[in-house]
Amino acid sequence: MHEVDMTKCLLLSLQEWKQQHQPEVPLVEVVHLQVGDFTCVEPDSLVFTWGALVSGSWLAGSELRIERTPLRARCLPCGASYAPQQEQAYRSPCCDHPMEEILSGRELRIRSIEYSLPDLQNSPPATQAGSARPTLARDRDPVAGSRL
Amino acid sequence: MPLEDTIGLNLLAANQHQAEHNREHFDAWRLLCLNVMSSPGAGKTSLLERSLAQLSDEFAMAVLEGDMTTQLDAERLEAVGVPVVPITTGRACHLDAAMVSGGLKLLGQRLDPASLDLLWVENVGNLVCPAEFEVGEHRKVALLSVTEGEDKPLKYPVMFRAADCVLITKIDLLPYLNVDVERIENHIRQVNPSCSVILVSASSGAGLDRWHAWLRATHAAQCPSPVLTTSESLNTHASLVNA
Repeated sequence: MHEVDMTKCLLLSLQEWKQQHQPEVPLVEVVHLQVGDFTCVEPDSLVFTWGALVSGSWLAGSELRIERTPLRARCLPCGASYAPQQEQAYRSPCCDHPMEEILSGRELRIRSIEYSLPDLQNSPPATQAGSARPTLARDRDPVAGSRL
Repeated sequence: MPLEDTIGLNLLAANQHQAEHNREHFDAWRLLCLNVMSSPGAGKTSLLERSLAQLSDEFAMAVLEGDMTTQLDAERLEAVGVPVVPITTGRACHLDAAMVSGGLKLLGQRLDPASLDLLWVENVGNLVCPAEFEVGEHRKVALLSVTEGEDKPLKYPVMFRAADCVLITKIDLLPYLNVDVERIENHIRQVNPSCSVILVSASSGAGLDRWHAWLRATHAAQCPSPVLTTSESLNTHASLVNA
């Protein structure tokens, strides 16, 4: 399941982003991804591994939200944009041309992070109402011991 | 009040950074790195055995050999007389840039990588995720054997789209199979009209001349001979003038 390695890559980038907010530890609510249909990524598997890997870490309780982008290509002879289908061998329906220029569907992007910063003046740090975030475990590194 | 930061990074940015770092080394060493990928059993190791044996007088070569659990393939290739570093990936179904970097360090203990012309990375047998994990290669080579079925390029389009060269292997078996090799080639071209498609048999040797011609041309394009580059000849000229 390569989504585990992909999630570890994602966590490394988020770790770097977290460093920028030092000394504060941002409370991440949602991480937005864009994942194209013409990639080897199964979004459901990515959400599943996210839940498993962030549990007990500074990202515990955060949500991974994935926006999928469809595969679109441009037919070179006529310039029309079309949705390539496996059943049609990805050829354009207008000119029966092979899939040359891909317009979308190859995205694998971290789009944005929704978060809040705990008020350092107050003690204990303010957390969202109803959040079951285990504050003590928040500094655990979810990628400790990872190869990457 | 919730905040939102726009990131815009690639999901695999951590792997890509390492891959670019590997590629910088390859460029400094003036070698061509090929990432060889296919499903299990398509004939990567057999093809490499033949190519290493036939090209070893022409190119200084080494192999980083990805294998999930064993070192059997590495032993086969080492028997040809080319340095092979096995990378046992364990549960991982692909090589990533950090694993290749680790393999390079081991290789560096045995030889000077700058003395190499060609570095082969034989990936783990898998048509899915190796397509997304760059290791720093200059070119991707995908193998597809004639026994795998005509529709494979349409079922695994991301891999065949990513390849610079697709080798249709085991063509010596064609007389015994009910398979249309033109149909396989056609399906590859539907998803990747610009790649090179070469028919080969590691067993009979058919097509190896065309495959090796592709390798020579790719190596020449990637690693131009130092005497031919203008800046270097100018530098040489300058050092002669200064001498």
